Amino acid sequence: MKFLCVNCDEQMTFQERREPGDGTFAAAFTCARCGHTVAMLANPMESQLVRSLGVEIGGRTLDPEPMELVRENVAGRRDAFGSDTPARQTSSRRLQSPPTWSPEAIDRLARVPSFVRGMVRKIYAEYAAERAIPEITPEVMDRARADLGLEGM
Amino acid sequence: MGPVSFRTYFEVEGEDRSRLAAQVGEQRRRVEARLVEVGRVVAVMSGKGGVGKSYVTAALARGLAPRMSRGVGVVDADLKSPTVARMLNATGPLAITPDGVRPAVGEEGVRVISTEFLLDDGRPLAWREPAHERFVWRGVLEAGVLREFLADVAWGPLDLLLIDLPPGADGVADVAELAPSLAGAVAVTLPTDESYQSVRRAMTSAREGGIRMLGVIENMKGYHCPSCGGVKPLFPGSAGERLAEDFRVPLLGQVPFSAHGVGVSAALLDRFQGTLA
Repeated sequence: MKFLCVNCDEQMTFQERREPGDGTFAAAFTCARCGHTVAMLANPMESQLVRSLGVEIGGRTLDPEPMELVRENVAGRRDAFGSDTPARQTSSRRLQSPPTWSPEAIDRLARVPSFVRGMVRKIYAEYAAERAIPEITPEVMDRARADLGLEGM
Repeated sequence: MGPVSFRTYFEVEGEDRSRLAAQVGEQRRRVEARLVEVGRVVAVMSGKGGVGKSYVTAALARGLAPRMSRGVGVVDADLKSPTVARMLNATGPLAITPDGVRPAVGEEGVRVISTEFLLDDGRPLAWREPAHERFVWRGVLEAGVLREFLADVAWGPLDLLLIDLPPGADGVADVAELAPSLAGAVAVTLPTDESYQSVRRAMTSAREGGIRMLGVIENMKGYHCPSCGGVKPLFPGSAGERLAEDFRVPLLGQVPFSAHGVGVSAALLDRFQGTLA
């Protein structure tokens, strides 16, 4: 799947993916030449069809975990995978609510140049999601920059 | 407004960032990589429900495990009606290790994966997503679960991995696509003419799909009479012999109904092993 900015005749680049938790899925693509951004919005049925394939629009950002499709989709026993499972593995990444942004973090993100803001937002959001951090604050952003070697972002 | 002029997929030369086809290809490679340590993968199939596929699968696994040094595994591909784990006394919970999901272990050390371990008692297989328009994606998801049963279970080295298929003609073709190393399939039938017709269709479908038929097992061929000790007929017909003749494959055995325990004869196990040589 490719997105083309027809005005510029330029392939658009993937910016970010959102799963708001209502079964739908959204992905944003931006034209690097003119900055125009479009969002692909999929309804629950379309979203589930993609999820059922075990693939991710925009490409995978995390390695697949054992039986992630089963664990995310089969409605069954809560203890099916036992109690000795590490927390990150038992949690369903897609079913977790995405981390929220504190007002201070939003202000700080707004100071990031617009042409890289989407990418920076994605990096912080994934950092928080992977660590089950519910809210992104300036402190979390500082920690992410230090952990990921992103000083200056 | 006139027609819009724009380039199409192959005319745009940039990389497809989503790489969906590559992601699917990677899933296939994970199955292949996992099955490298498995000597033979064999499907147990039938066109008809209720013929005892799971019983035969469990009996083969139990009987063959002591004969095989590296062990035997069973994938219960009958996702909606899992029974083989119970027949092998394999129970959950499963555990996740860095190498994958550790299979449950049943009698004779048989390693088992099944939706039996995932579902609450008495509850059917259900999906977390809303039910509307489920028919569109359900088949894809079921194939994905089967793929993960093959690829994400830390089977370890095995001499034999048996796949207990759901009733129907196309299940074995799905397995063959997921696991190109599939050595072949064994068909299970009842003696009856109805079963003959149904299993014949399934075997034809499998053969047309390029899947090697290893043999036929006729289940419920009579019962042990408690009075005389002999085997008395249970169903009319000779579907096993007819199917073996039609497809020129061996009749691996005829299994009498048993209310006590899971097992097949040593002669049947010998013949089954012979097909793997």
